[in-house]
Amino acid sequence: MKFIDEFRDHARARQILEHITTLVARLAEQRGGPVRIMEVCGGHTHAIFHYGLEAMLPPELELIHGPGCPVCVLPMGRVDDCVAIAERPEVILATFGDAIRVPGSRKSLMQAKADGADVRIVYSPTDALALARKHPDREVVFFGLGFETTIPSTALTIAQAAREGVNNFSVFCNHITIIPTLKAILDNPDHRLDGFLGPGHVSMIIGTDPYRFIAEHYGCPVVVSGFEPLDILQSLLMVVRQLHDGRAEVENQYQRLVTSDGNLTALEAFHQVYEPRENCEWRGLGSIAESGVQIKAAYGAYDAERKFAVPNQQVADPDSCRCGDVLTGNLKPWQCELFGKRCTPDQPHGALMVSSEGACAAYYQYGGGNVDGRGPDSSASASLSQNLIQSRAES
Amino acid sequence: MSDTTRRQLPTLAARAVTQAHGGGGKAMKDLIDDVFVREFTELPEVLEDQARLELADLAGLGDRLAMTTDGFVVDPLFFPGGDIGKLAVCGTVNDLAVGGAHPRYLSCAVILEEGLPIDDLRRIARSMATAAREAGVEIVTGDTKVVERGACDGVFITTTGIGVIPAGRTLGIERIQADDVIIVNGWLGDHGAAILAARGDLSLDTDLASDCAALNGLVETLLDAAPDTRCLRDATRGGVATVLNEMAEASKLAIELDDLALPLRKEVRGMCEILGLDPLYLANEGKLVAVVPAAQAEAALAALREHPLGREAAIIGQALDGKPGRVTLRTGFGGQRIVDMLVGEQLPRIC
Amino acid sequence: MCLGIPGQIISLDDADARLATVDVSGVRRQINIACIVDDDHPPERCVGDWVLVHVGFALNRIDAEAAARTLELLDELGDTHEFDALTLNGDQEVSS
Repeated sequence: MKFIDEFRDHARARQILEHITTLVARLAEQRGGPVRIMEVCGGHTHAIFHYGLEAMLPPELELIHGPGCPVCVLPMGRVDDCVAIAERPEVILATFGDAIRVPGSRKSLMQAKADGADVRIVYSPTDALALARKHPDREVVFFGLGFETTIPSTALTIAQAAREGVNNFSVFCNHITIIPTLKAILDNPDHRLDGFLGPGHVSMIIGTDPYRFIAEHYGCPVVVSGFEPLDILQSLLMVVRQLHDGRAEVENQYQRLVTSDGNLTALEAFHQVYEPRENCEWRGLGSIAESGVQIKAAYGAYDAERKFAVPNQQVADPDSCRCGDVLTGNLKPWQCELFGKRCTPDQPHGALMVSSEGACAAYYQYGGGNVDGRGPDSSASASLSQNLIQSRAES
Repeated sequence: MSDTTRRQLPTLAARAVTQAHGGGGKAMKDLIDDVFVREFTELPEVLEDQARLELADLAGLGDRLAMTTDGFVVDPLFFPGGDIGKLAVCGTVNDLAVGGAHPRYLSCAVILEEGLPIDDLRRIARSMATAAREAGVEIVTGDTKVVERGACDGVFITTTGIGVIPAGRTLGIERIQADDVIIVNGWLGDHGAAILAARGDLSLDTDLASDCAALNGLVETLLDAAPDTRCLRDATRGGVATVLNEMAEASKLAIELDDLALPLRKEVRGMCEILGLDPLYLANEGKLVAVVPAAQAEAALAALREHPLGREAAIIGQALDGKPGRVTLRTGFGGQRIVDMLVGEQLPRIC
Repeated sequence: MCLGIPGQIISLDDADARLATVDVSGVRRQINIACIVDDDHPPERCVGDWVLVHVGFALNRIDAEAAARTLELLDELGDTHEFDALTLNGDQEVSS
């Protein structure tokens, strides 16, 4: 497959891995501790586990798996609201497949479907709009999830509905934006991050400029990265090199899709329909100002929150849940007491076990690459394996 | 029994199935006669409440009976490469064949939804008859029920199969040993991907067809070439990954797969990339996983590739002394990951 | 966070509605191309474009030259001499 296979070519990886190893060893020795790089995007987390990259990297390089999974950070209260909308008899609730198993405090959309709600999985928001055209006697509500990458698609769909006057269509907007959240993580005095892999597909929309404050104000290197394994390795090398050179810049590895100012047409659609939401709740991270968007009053007829009274009740994360510590790099997934015991992909307790992009779910499912205890980080893999074995035995 | 000796069969006037067709009266008898008896030409002239099978015929084929049953539901009923009827015959034939049995007889119970077009039912029955003939099995008994509209999805079919295992054949999952080789008979995930596309709600268009096929002929070819084959499984729901996890667990061995060796059509790859799915978990309806001692692996592979249903056969992995029950995949990128059982079914994802 | 996949636009279905058909490894789907259309690049010129597809939308054109440059850079990174020269420079900067 063009633009994919060449970036999965293992032959090109070995030298890059050697360079990363050499530089990280020097850095770790200078600093007396490991180098910690956060991959912001859940897509990167998924690729890292899918290709078993983590076990190929030197043990002194720690990857911290960031908050960029919109399903993981979706608060339980919002799932509850969505379930309440879905349970209305006139509603067809259309959703991406990702969201259907996310637990609310009462039930997930999948359970609501089993209880009689009309919940349908679609590939695109345009498919939800097509459902609305096809069923004029029903109310079709699209569960709008995702970061800046996905926001233009729902914005354009809402604008299309308005143009056509498809008034039985609305969006339950849970879109969130990454920049305020990165700032919140960096403002946390406990963070131990040395650099970032920037989210390639978000950056395709917003460009690389919005990350400049990270380099300029916080002195952290950022490299915007593609999603194939070679993209990720090259980006890691670029971050490590900046650290080694004592630089903090925003660099762009994903030049085939990302520019400094982003996609202006997509951004125009975005701002035509959406405006910042004053406060937005993130599962595992709490409330972060202006980290989400809401539908503007001009498109209020297509806003499910205005159309239907939703309970809008906040549900606190369980006290025992330590997702926040994992997200800030202070805890490895398997170091959490709940991991694999009370918190599994089957019965997720915390945000990061919810979707396969969540760090905990990825560790649980793929074993973090240290599949037989022979990985480079043997102490970590040993405890991971124990955890996995225990969890399997108990479940 | 040939058509020429059969009694005159009635022709149904109805265009669609109604509750009357399940009522046990004349309408039901006419439906059975016109649709099933007409197509299943092996059915006896006079139907009793049970099929009567000659023991001597069976005893000549081996020393054990194999019996299996499977329920079939699929949306849509007709899809590229097959339909629910073909699926219901091939699925049960394959469940017998992977046990080393010669499949002989099938039963067929259908649950029909009120309003199902008779022509659709006729097409399904014809497809079952053709599939059975090609697989060398006879459909000898059946049952028909009709449920209200909405109580089932068009047609549900349950088939039960009986086969005979030749003396001395002992295929079994517990026979897997370290260093045994894992072979599949061709492209993986075609059925799952074709059904996803055929369902239409994702608006994806491909030329993919289901791999739905009866594998009993292929199994005989394989066992001739590799008589010490340890075990066979057909990789239906849950895909190859699920079968391998069952094998690893039962044998208390580890299994390692080679990502680059997996036979995948480019359309299946495309589908999986778009929807974020893993082809290892996609359903197959004409694929088996064979575990063969390393010494017979090449012979097995060569024989499979000679067969029309095994042209793209490939060695995809190996059983190893490792963490018992663990299936791993060596990625094309040199890394490794666990291939676990799925919690539920795979869903399309955007992230 | 956002699954995106390269595909090639094979036909324009409705220029006004910004609808085109994309081919991803033999899988075809109608997508919205509004985000890749502007005055310099009208819908008619989108056929043949390689684009990044996400939830039924083409979000950007893929720059084939940039992709080639990235691969070249990867090959250069694989060149040990080049790397030694680079890290040596880095050492000097750090120590100075």
